[in-house]
Amino acid sequence: MSGIPHDHYEPKTRFEKWFESRLPAISLLYNTLMIPTPRNLNWMWIWGVVLVFALVLQIATGVVLAMHYTPHVDMAFASIEHIMRDVNSGHMIRYFHANGASLFFFAVYLHIFRGLYYGSYKAPREITWIVGMLIYLVMMGTAFMGYVLPWGQMSFHGTAVITGLFGAIPLVGETIQSWLLGAGAVGQPALNRFFSLHYLLPFILAGLVIVHVWAFHTTGNNNPAGVEVRRSSKEEAQKDTLPFWPYFVIKDLFALVVILVVFMAIVGFMPNYLGHADNYIQANPLATPAHIVPEWYFLPFYAILRAFTADVWAVQFAHWITFGIVDAKFFGVLAMFGAILVLALAPWLDTSSVRSGRYRPMFRWWFALLAVDFVVLMWVGAQSTEFPYDWISLIAATYWFVFFLIILPLLGVIEKPETPPATIEDDFNAHYGPEAK
Amino acid sequence: MSHADDPQGNRRDFLYYATGSAAVVATGAAVWPLVNQMNASADVRALASIRVDVSSVDVGSQLTVLWQGKPVFIRARTDEEIEAARNTPLTDLIDTEARNDNLSAEADASDAHRALSDDGVWLVQIGICTHLGCVPIGQSGDFGGWYCPCHGSHYDTAGRIRKGPAPRNLEIPVAKFVDDTTIELG
Repeated sequence: MSGIPHDHYEPKTRFEKWFESRLPAISLLYNTLMIPTPRNLNWMWIWGVVLVFALVLQIATGVVLAMHYTPHVDMAFASIEHIMRDVNSGHMIRYFHANGASLFFFAVYLHIFRGLYYGSYKAPREITWIVGMLIYLVMMGTAFMGYVLPWGQMSFHGTAVITGLFGAIPLVGETIQSWLLGAGAVGQPALNRFFSLHYLLPFILAGLVIVHVWAFHTTGNNNPAGVEVRRSSKEEAQKDTLPFWPYFVIKDLFALVVILVVFMAIVGFMPNYLGHADNYIQANPLATPAHIVPEWYFLPFYAILRAFTADVWAVQFAHWITFGIVDAKFFGVLAMFGAILVLALAPWLDTSSVRSGRYRPMFRWWFALLAVDFVVLMWVGAQSTEFPYDWISLIAATYWFVFFLIILPLLGVIEKPETPPATIEDDFNAHYGPEAK
Repeated sequence: MSHADDPQGNRRDFLYYATGSAAVVATGAAVWPLVNQMNASADVRALASIRVDVSSVDVGSQLTVLWQGKPVFIRARTDEEIEAARNTPLTDLIDTEARNDNLSAEADASDAHRALSDDGVWLVQIGICTHLGCVPIGQSGDFGGWYCPCHGSHYDTAGRIRKGPAPRNLEIPVAKFVDDTTIELG
């Protein structure tokens, strides 16, 4: 599978030869597990395995929760309480599922920012990056629809707000919105179809994950030095790499255990910390909770959605240039989706010839600011829209776009990068000494 | 025979395009029901119209009913509220259109175009903030009308947006009095 020279599986016993000539499953498994992996990978390369664990956890707990859940407006809320109080271990399974979503997003954000810092999105890994972005989008859709299912106050009014985003699209918005909801407003048709899709999408995710892994197994992993594995001979490649099994599997599992200690503590001792109390009130279409906020993992993009109000000159300009088609509301929607789009376009916006941020003195600072910016957006997304939060969110949202659309293309021209090590072996030896194996 | 030699096309070309076209039409015909099933079903559409008894709504109070899954505010306004709404010049408004489904789209947002009855007492509107769909709270906000707690939109006593992020006045649904105390919505 990989372009890196390495040993391939050879069937030895008669059974293996018989099986291999009919279905090459063992060689597929062998070549996947034994893939040559850069030996200098640091601890930021563990999130992929954490993410696979999170997906499996969500599917396993989700399938059993669906055995007790009823997707009906009159019964959904009660069936959640039934799970919490009556179903054997139901409360624990549901808390794993609810907090599993947080683990999933926590890991995916670190995974994405790892990729940004070390230039993992750059050639030849653009497809891996794009598939990763698709995974992230499907994750958000899945998480959003899952949050609707308990049919609490936040579920209901959050759905009204999010589907209202589609209603902001000029001309066709209302048609699309009522198509999504199956009615003029959030109700039984919406709940029923969200349940169906919430069950479907994780399997789409699993398929996309396979494509994601397939893509970077074809190009080989990126690594902290950002230099490629030498491929001229097997001996050279072996100086740069170690097989995934057992070296990286054991490392990743160790990291997973450490993370799960924290995760278990949250699930066990503070399972509702990341949620909202309002969602334990049954949905009431006639009254909106006073303070409506999405789950923490949506907050940065929610902040961008709200940041561009009608008094911002860019919004007024967009309104004027489009003859009034783009109003503040639609502008906010465009900004929110645009924020994800510019992230997906990073491979083409970044013009630097050096891959890893480790050897890019100016990029390092702008990147650090972007990471802070993301946290600020997450914080301000949960605040009110009054002064000074409106200004903070406007500045933070603007920086997000400035980084991707101006700084990233410009740095490739004005920055003088440091010299990366010639090989991964050099990078590894510089850290651990040549005697380390 | 190649296409360059035979601009008329031959039998095989015809079969190729005919088969391709049939496949496209068949695929479209198969996919459309799968898309269209998500639109509002017949029973949802059948609830398009309801009648509301408003005999118990005193002046200065509001009845909120659910119509097509949306809250509808039916308010009997006080003289002060009517006066405040009628004394507001159109130039003070953010949205100068009536947003009244009973009138043409060009109607301006004067109070007469918002109220259901000629005396201005009855005001019927969909209780969904035009910003992001929250339900505004009655008799609050800077203009004594409605206030949306989600992102701070202020509506006046005629349900017109006066301050905050919402772009439009509260929508007025198709409504009429079928007798002295009954309003038909839709």
